[in-house]
Amino acid sequence: MHLMYFTEQPMSTYPEQEALDAGGVSALMLSNKHFNPEEGSRLYNERLEEYIYAEEMGVDGIMLNEHHNAPFCMQARVNIFAAALAAVTERVKIVLLGNPLPVNENPLQTAEEIAMVDMMSKGRLVSGFVRGGGTEQFANNTNPAYNRERFTEAHDLLIKTWTEPGPFRWEGNHYQFRVVNPWALPLQKPHPRIWIPGVASLETIIWAAEHRYPYICLNTSIEQTKQIWELYDRTAEKSGYIAGPEQRGYLIRCHVAETEEKAIKNGREFMWMQGEFTGVGHPTWFSSPGYTSAQSRKRAAEGQKLRSKTTFEDMLNMGMIIAGTPDQVVERLKKIMEETRPSILALWGNDGKVDHKDSLECIRLLGQEVMPKVREIGDRLGLLSPFELNSPVSLAASQLNNQWTASA
Amino acid sequence: MSELEITNLKIKVAGNDIYLQRGGSGRPLIILHNDMGGSGWLQLHNRLARDFTVYLPSLPGYGKSGRPEWMRSVRDMALVQNWLIKELGIGSTNILGIGIGAWVAAEMATMCHDQFNSMALVSPVGLQPKSGEIIDQFLLSAEEYVELCFRDSSKFKEIFGPVPSDEQKEAWELNREMTVRVAWKPYMFNQSLPYLLPGVTTPTLIVSGSDDKVVPLSCSEHYREVLPNSRLEVIKDCGHYVDMEKPNELAQLLTSFF
Repeated sequence: MHLMYFTEQPMSTYPEQEALDAGGVSALMLSNKHFNPEEGSRLYNERLEEYIYAEEMGVDGIMLNEHHNAPFCMQARVNIFAAALAAVTERVKIVLLGNPLPVNENPLQTAEEIAMVDMMSKGRLVSGFVRGGGTEQFANNTNPAYNRERFTEAHDLLIKTWTEPGPFRWEGNHYQFRVVNPWALPLQKPHPRIWIPGVASLETIIWAAEHRYPYICLNTSIEQTKQIWELYDRTAEKSGYIAGPEQRGYLIRCHVAETEEKAIKNGREFMWMQGEFTGVGHPTWFSSPGYTSAQSRKRAAEGQKLRSKTTFEDMLNMGMIIAGTPDQVVERLKKIMEETRPSILALWGNDGKVDHKDSLECIRLLGQEVMPKVREIGDRLGLLSPFELNSPVSLAASQLNNQWTASA
Repeated sequence: MSELEITNLKIKVAGNDIYLQRGGSGRPLIILHNDMGGSGWLQLHNRLARDFTVYLPSLPGYGKSGRPEWMRSVRDMALVQNWLIKELGIGSTNILGIGIGAWVAAEMATMCHDQFNSMALVSPVGLQPKSGEIIDQFLLSAEEYVELCFRDSSKFKEIFGPVPSDEQKEAWELNREMTVRVAWKPYMFNQSLPYLLPGVTTPTLIVSGSDDKVVPLSCSEHYREVLPNSRLEVIKDCGHYVDMEKPNELAQLLTSFF
């Protein structure tokens, strides 16, 4: 098992009432006059302390993500926090899930930043890529209609930059570079592991499987997760390999405390932002014209309406949120592991206004009590992670006589 | 009055099929629709078909017309429309552009100064407004946006029903995908157009609604300033979709102009 700690890094001094008064808006358009840099500075430093503590408590990896114009996530640049973590931690994997490739105008800058962090961390980086949600297209003003084309082209450019000696030219459809020859290359060869997180975009699941990149299901239901693995496994077989638990990742909201009462109280904070994974806002912002098909956009808007009606209790009952004592939490995780067999598990421990002290307690209990038991269950179920198996970083790498496993 | 005969045509241009409707008799008049793909053959078209042979193409990527994956700008779209006119073999013509269709028409005129006998631009986008901003429709749902294009929402309901049908909403969604592809950034204007339009001496009528909540009047005024042979008419008590909200008033202006 590869066991990670995650938090969205919420701007928890964000005034909920202001957003409710503004019609429930909490992403893209809630004025940044509500962003308090003094509180921001405190929160960034508390998060850093928590990550360092998570390493001490025995987690394998720290998962980071990126959002823009969003009180629910303070990380505007995932690579910046990754660089800080590279300097202050010794052992944990730094797992970026991930860099939103299409919304960055300069993929070479992304390639350089990732390479720098990989070297500074002495080869502890996992470089995930995402398309960026609908609001990210607006916040960065990148055309949503070309999002997928830009994603695949930027990916191809990054891989070539990391695996073929420069200088070379890149005359692509969306990106053109006269000289590709960055003097910063990843320490891990052929390149850091690439994991692809998502919430069920079929095209992305297929794309990840075709590249043999692990796919990380972001808090999907057990039923959805099973459907995702069916599609992934089928695509893998078509691509000439058999997928296993090492291709399967899962993120779940999971708060743990000494008492059930406290865990439930803090777990309720996952409903901060009215329970939306990406905050509350206009459905069009999350799924802008051209970003997905008209049918998917309609489904997304309907799903959003449904989610906004789901209560915390519903989420607990459905197993979409876990909150409890270590033993209770392990029981719930065991069920997920038995049913969906992931080898990469990210526990989203804290959200909303859970304070620094309780966040540290949650991290201690996750690291010291929950994760050792989860590891045992994982061993019993044969859920070996890409690191344990030293599996190839990609299909392309596996085809080169297994020469290319990511290693420092 | 005998019923107007409307013919459906399909013409391949630049690798994609362009669908268009033709009706009426008289001198040719090309009509280019708005950024939601128009709404088929409307009252205004019937009125104009009495005096003109009306050609109503669906722009590339709108309606049934194929989406050219390579097309990234309204200027590309204008070039395809110029090619379409050549394929139609109608020679010199009049043109009426509405909203984004007016932008396409203006681009076409800059490419070939004697392309049109006369040109009418209704609620045009394409030039950066000197004051105010063009409403960002991509932050709104298709339905919200279309309703905003009317001054009087009862007119919106009269045309699209109290609740627009699923088919209508789907058509809007598909059409606005094409608008995203060509007009996302800069949003709804071409920075070089103000420098190119002064060469267009074609007689031009610019029409705006007095209560356009989508495009500021300064956009039409900007067109008036840079087009040497143009005049601006403002229709009272009317929103952005002049052709749907005030078809009779617009038809009157157009028939006396062309």
